[in-house]
Order: sequence, then structure tokens, then C-alpha cells
Amino acid sequence: MDSRRVVITGLGAVSSIGIGAPAFFDALAAGTVGIRRIQAFDPSGFPCQIAGEVLNFATRDYVPKSYRKQTKVMSRDIELAIGAADTAIRDSGLVTKGVDETKETADSTRFAVHIGAGLICADLTELGQAVQHAVEDGKFSLARWGREGMNYLTPLWLLKYLPNMLSAHVTIIHDTQGPSNTITCADASSHLSIGESLRIIQRGAADIGLAGGAESKLNPMGLLRQCMLKRMTFSHNDDPASAVRPFDRARDGTAIGEGGGLVVLEELGHATKRNAKIYAEAAGFGASFSVSNLTDPEPDGRALAESISAALADAKMTADEIDLVVPHGTGIASHDLAEARGLHAALGRRAGEVPVWPILAQVGNTGAGSGGLAVVAAATAMSRGVVPAAVNCPKPDPACGLSIVTAPRTGNFRAALMTSYALGGQNAAVVIKKMV
Amino acid sequence: MGCITPLGHTVAEMWGNVLRGASGASATELFDARTFPSTFSSQVKRFKLTDHVADHGVHRHAGRNTQFALAAAEQAWRQSGLDKHAPDPRRVGVYLGSGEGSLDFANFVSVMVESWSTTEDKLDTVRWAELAFERMDAMREMEQEPNMPASHVALRYNARGPNFNCLTACAASTQANGEAASAIRRGDVDLMISGGCHSMIHPFGVTGFNRLTALSQRNDSPATASRPFDQTRDGFVLGEGSSILILEEYEHARARGASMFAEIIGYGSSADAYRITDIHPEGRGGAAAMQYAIDDAGIAKADVDYICAHGTSTKENDRTETQAVKTVFGELAAKIPVSSPKSMLGHLIAAAGTTELICCVMAIRDGILPPTLNLNTPDPECDLDYVPNKPRKANVRTCMNNSFGFGGQNDCVIVRKMG
Repeated sequence: MDSRRVVITGLGAVSSIGIGAPAFFDALAAGTVGIRRIQAFDPSGFPCQIAGEVLNFATRDYVPKSYRKQTKVMSRDIELAIGAADTAIRDSGLVTKGVDETKETADSTRFAVHIGAGLICADLTELGQAVQHAVEDGKFSLARWGREGMNYLTPLWLLKYLPNMLSAHVTIIHDTQGPSNTITCADASSHLSIGESLRIIQRGAADIGLAGGAESKLNPMGLLRQCMLKRMTFSHNDDPASAVRPFDRARDGTAIGEGGGLVVLEELGHATKRNAKIYAEAAGFGASFSVSNLTDPEPDGRALAESISAALADAKMTADEIDLVVPHGTGIASHDLAEARGLHAALGRRAGEVPVWPILAQVGNTGAGSGGLAVVAAATAMSRGVVPAAVNCPKPDPACGLSIVTAPRTGNFRAALMTSYALGGQNAAVVIKKMV
Repeated sequence: MGCITPLGHTVAEMWGNVLRGASGASATELFDARTFPSTFSSQVKRFKLTDHVADHGVHRHAGRNTQFALAAAEQAWRQSGLDKHAPDPRRVGVYLGSGEGSLDFANFVSVMVESWSTTEDKLDTVRWAELAFERMDAMREMEQEPNMPASHVALRYNARGPNFNCLTACAASTQANGEAASAIRRGDVDLMISGGCHSMIHPFGVTGFNRLTALSQRNDSPATASRPFDQTRDGFVLGEGSSILILEEYEHARARGASMFAEIIGYGSSADAYRITDIHPEGRGGAAAMQYAIDDAGIAKADVDYICAHGTSTKENDRTETQAVKTVFGELAAKIPVSSPKSMLGHLIAAAGTTELICCVMAIRDGILPPTLNLNTPDPECDLDYVPNKPRKANVRTCMNNSFGFGGQNDCVIVRKMG
């Protein structure tokens, strides 16, 4: 089948170390770590009390004046998606309704939006206040809740927490009327969304796609869930900057991050016609499922290898053409090992020599947003010709056998591979390559 | 095809009840809803996973939504004959449009109440954490993740191919079917297990919809509450369940002598990009999805024999959907039967679209259209042929299946008789 070529023409990011792709990348390059003691609530009761929190971010700065009122009924996840979308679209030079209502030039009907999302947690303060109106004799009364308590919630309460509201708000703000989907496969959501958006442009159902993901698990419920599954590091509450240590011998868990990463995908002819800046070609996508158990990837990384091989085949490329890998690299000991084995299985000899640049040490695991941030980081690194040093990996684990970037490298990075895997078993890989 | 619905735990039982004009709605039993604005719902009753899936060890923590999906998938897998004809695992994918699992409600609210600081009128998160770690369960929490149904289904059938879950509210499983079919067309896989599952019949689910005033409050008459396109409609009836399809590349199916029920020939997807709370008044997004699906199928509008409407029974949806059908079909609109199985099944949210697609396939097989139940008072703004109250014999070859989500994501799939 003849396939239309798709390129990346815009990068957007919201993270604990920077908002907008340039600021995000500069902070990565400076070795900045956004993981600190949690400020959003008192985390003293949790074994993990640190996270990559996004501070100094106001959603109202990323929406048109006419939309400011709507920002009052948004969960944090929606806010992050809106920030990532605004920065990505502005970076692309496309003029949507959200950029300038009077000068909208982007063709709305040919514009797709695919924003991966997580299981959004209710704001416990808001919910708790309503629950107080349903207490009888010190206990929750369902009868009183139905009669009285629920009325203390805003009528639009549910709409804060539907995962598709990330995409829904963005489609309204930027007036995009093409296909829109919300993929909810935990940490693989971003790459699966980018893959789907890519396919939709290839098959001609859209010319532009805004794709990636956003999530915040930075609330008591999200932190509880991650702690109960023992995915977090419990040993670095006093030293958050060195807490998350992907592929390092001393790694012992991950930390929550808040964030969103979105890219603008565009059909090549559409992009060249408007003289858009092209970061890279979205060259290949692959996905697979790890049939082991629900909580951990297959120890041999087989499914991840299958995703990588599928993405390389899709890009019609060989392992030798990959000059950079941005892995998921959570810092969970067995998961990093499985990911490394998957890289070895798929890339062969190349796996030990290709520069591997994990970034979660600096921003934490942003869940559905993580894959988007990885693509933003890689595309920026390729276009600037520099890969910053990985943080917190002074002693790369020999069992992983990867060439972790321990000092910044400059050069011509022809193509990059990004990998992700989810709690539940979904795996995905994305390959981008420089335009020649 | 397989399904677990309020009107039956198999496709045959569900379809028989739909043709009889039965209603799945009754007083809510899953929790005590007597003081809620809506006290009834369309529930799956007498369901036990072990009736469908014997070796359920790995699924022992599965939530209600996932259990529905496993039971529906088992029916579909067996019907397809794949249980006797193991395919290449890497060529089998999963694409579900599943909702999140249900909250561990009793423990959650007890923790909330006991950790509220009444002196400061705020949550004491230290106390909250202490109680939550004591009472809540790691697996129970994990199983609420929306990708879990797709994970369980893939584990059970050793499906190593691409695995997706999308959650575009009420449009989710139609979108899943459309994207799953696209993956097969592209050649990424030979087989996709697609569909969806959902249960929001729990206190906070009903709270959310009641606060939006989206649910019917006809508490004295649950069976007549869902009345799509009727002038007296007052909201939808919340349902639950799962429907699962096995989609297969034609030559692959032919080579193994599989029976084929229908062909997916078109798919369209769009966004309203209008308002979070309202549908575009002219049904702009719904019309675009229908048009894209027709274009994708490469058929003439006159070829569409039946439209299985989203038809929720809310004031706004039924009016704008009618408008959208007219926009797309023009003068033909008056001649095409349009009906809403939600009048009988209730609204299965993420699972609704696939359940309705099964109705389309059965309509093609049996040459009979499902009715719109409870349509007695015509609404001047809803003036199409809605097949009121009684099923109708018809020569049906091509059916259109609409699903529109809260927030404006719209999807449409077109299926056609084989041959």
C-alpha cells in the first residue's frame, strides 16, 4: 500500500522542569531534576513523598480569553494537556482558533487530536466537602448522599474526570474537527496515540494530528495506587534529586511525575507547502502485548522487542540506523532489566553501542504523558545535534548492558527509537528519523 | 460475536429480547439508590464469570467491567472457531473501548469520612494515607485502570499483537471497532478482538450523570423511561455490559473456513469541537462522522438500508442526531429506517456501540429491524422513520451504526451483508 509520509512539525511539553519544548530540553541538558518533596498535599503518610510536580503553571495562560471560564472545571490532567497542546501548536506555526481566533488558517476538518490519558482521580478536597454532607453518626450514609450530599458537587463534576476530556477541551480550544481519540493504556498511551494519529494521516483521514499524552497521578489516590504496587522508590525522601535511577545499579523504584508531551504530526506535502520547520519524520510505529502477568513486563523483554522490530520494519530501517534510544526507563529494577533485554533482543549488537538516554530521573514517570515527552526530547536532541547526559546513572548496571549517555554527546543523530510499556502489558515503539 | 447485556448473556438471548420489545430497566439493585434522583437502571442480572470462564485464576481480581468482557469474549472466540484453530499470536490484536472499573466504594468513603478534619474543613492526608493503606487493596485498585479489560482478554487468548484501549465516553467501542478494522485493512494483524465493556451503575457514576441531569428520572416507570425520539423523553437510562467481536481479514477467514456474519466496509470519526456540555446544534460532528464512513465505504447514500442511531433518549442528542441524519441524507432521510436499541437495553456507555453493531449484524442476518420502544408521542423535531415499538421485516444489506461521545467525539461504522 502506498503510504503518505508524515513529519513532526511541532513539539509541546509541560513538565516539572520546563514548559514548552525548548525550556524542557534546556533543563534536561542542564541536568535539572524536577523531583522534589510533594507540595500539592502533605505526603508524610506515604512511603514515597517525592514527585515531579509542575509548579508555576496557570492553565489560563494557555487558552484564549474566551475560554478562561472553562478552566474552572478541569482536572489537573486536562490542564496539563491544554498546556502541552498550546505549546506544540504554537511551535508548529499553525494558526488555530486557540492561537488567534481572528486569523485561523489551519483546516479544522483535516486536523486530528489523539491525547492519551490515565485514570483520572477525583479531587479529594472537593469530593470530601460534599461527602461531609452525607455523614450520619460519624459514618457515610448513602441515603443522605443521594438526597443531599451529591448536590454539593458542581453539576459538571463528572466532566472533569472523563479521560476523553483532555482531547475534548483541546479540540474545542483549537477548533479541530477531524478524528479524535483517547487511548488509555497507562504508560504506553502516548506512543499508541502517536501511532494511531500517524496511521490516520497515512490513510488520508487527516493531514495534521496532535498526538501524545498527559497525566497527573500527583494526588493521594494516585500516589496510594503506585505505592501499593511497590513501583515507587521509598528510600530517597531526603534526597529526591537522586531518587530515580534508570538503569543504574542502585535503582530501586520510580517516582510520579506530572506532565504532558504532544507533537504535531503533519503530512509531508502539507508541511512543505507551508514551509513548516520539520524536526523529523515519524517513520515507524509498532505495538505488542506482553503475555506474562498484569503487573510486570515479560522478564526477557520479548514483547517490547516485538514492538521495536515492528516499528523498524514499518520504518523500513535496520538497527544500525538507530543513533539514539530514549527508553521508558522507569528506575524499577526488574522493569529496566526487562526493557534492556528487549532492546538487546530487537537491536542485536547495536543495543550495546547505541546511545541510550533515559529522562525519567529528571521528570519522574508521567504515565500517559511519558512517551510524548520522550519523543519531544529525542526530536529536539536530533535537531540540535546534542544528546545531554543521563542523570543518576553513574554506575550503569552491567546486567542491562546498555551504553547509557553519561556525558553529553554531539553529532549527527540520524534516527531515534522510543519505547514504552504499561502496567497491564501494552507495549509500543516509535521511530523518528531526520529528513534527508 | 458475544455479549453480556441487561437483556441477555448471549447474542441470541439479547436479540430475542430486543425483537420482543423487552426492557432491561428496573429498580437499581447494585446499590441502594432509593434517595437518588434516578432510582433505576438497566442492570446485568444473575451474572457469574465462572458460568462463562472456568479457569479464571489469573482473572480472580477482575472488576465487573472486565468480567463482562471476558464472558463476552469467550462467546465470540468460540463462535469464531479460533479455539480449535490457534492463530499466530503476533497476528492477533485487541482493541477495546472499555470504561474504567468501579471504585472500591465502601472503603473509599469510610476513609474519606474518617480522615476529614472538621476543625480545618479539609482532608487530613496523613490520616487518609494511614487508613487507605490499611483498607484498600492493591489489586482492586489496579483493576480499575481502563486498559485492564483489554489486558485480561489478551492474556486469555494469547494475543501478542497491538493492544489498545480507547475511552471516548459513549463512542468508545464504536471507535475501537473502526480502528481495529483499520489495523486489519492495513495488514498489521489478521485478527482483532474488538468491542467494549463498562459499568457505571455505582453511586458516583449515577451521581455524575444525575448532576449533569442526563438520566431519566421516570422512577415510577423504568420500563418506559428510555424513549428515544419521543417528545416526552427526559434522559437516558444507565446500563452496563460488554459486547465483543472477532474481526478477521477476509482471506484469512476464508482459508480456515470460518463463518462470516458481515463485512465492516466503512468507518468515520470526527470531533464536534463545539462545547464540553452541549452537542453542536446542527449535529455537525455526527454528520461528519457519517459522511466520512460513507466515503470510506465507497457506497451511495441510497445503499444505506438502516441506521442504528446513537438515540440516547436525551432531549439534545435525539434532536441533533435527527438533524445530522437529514444533513447527510437529504431527501433520502425520510425513507431510511432509524431506530435505537437503547430504548430496550439502556445506555451501555462505552459498550453501547458494539452492542448496537451486533443488532445491525443480526438485522442483516434475520431481515428484521429492531424497534424503538416507547415511542408514542412524536416530537415535531424528530420526524424520521424510527421503527416505533414493533420490529419490522426488511431486506437489510447495509447498516450504519452511530455513536457519539460526551465531549464531542463521534464515530460511525458501516457493515454490509457478505457476498
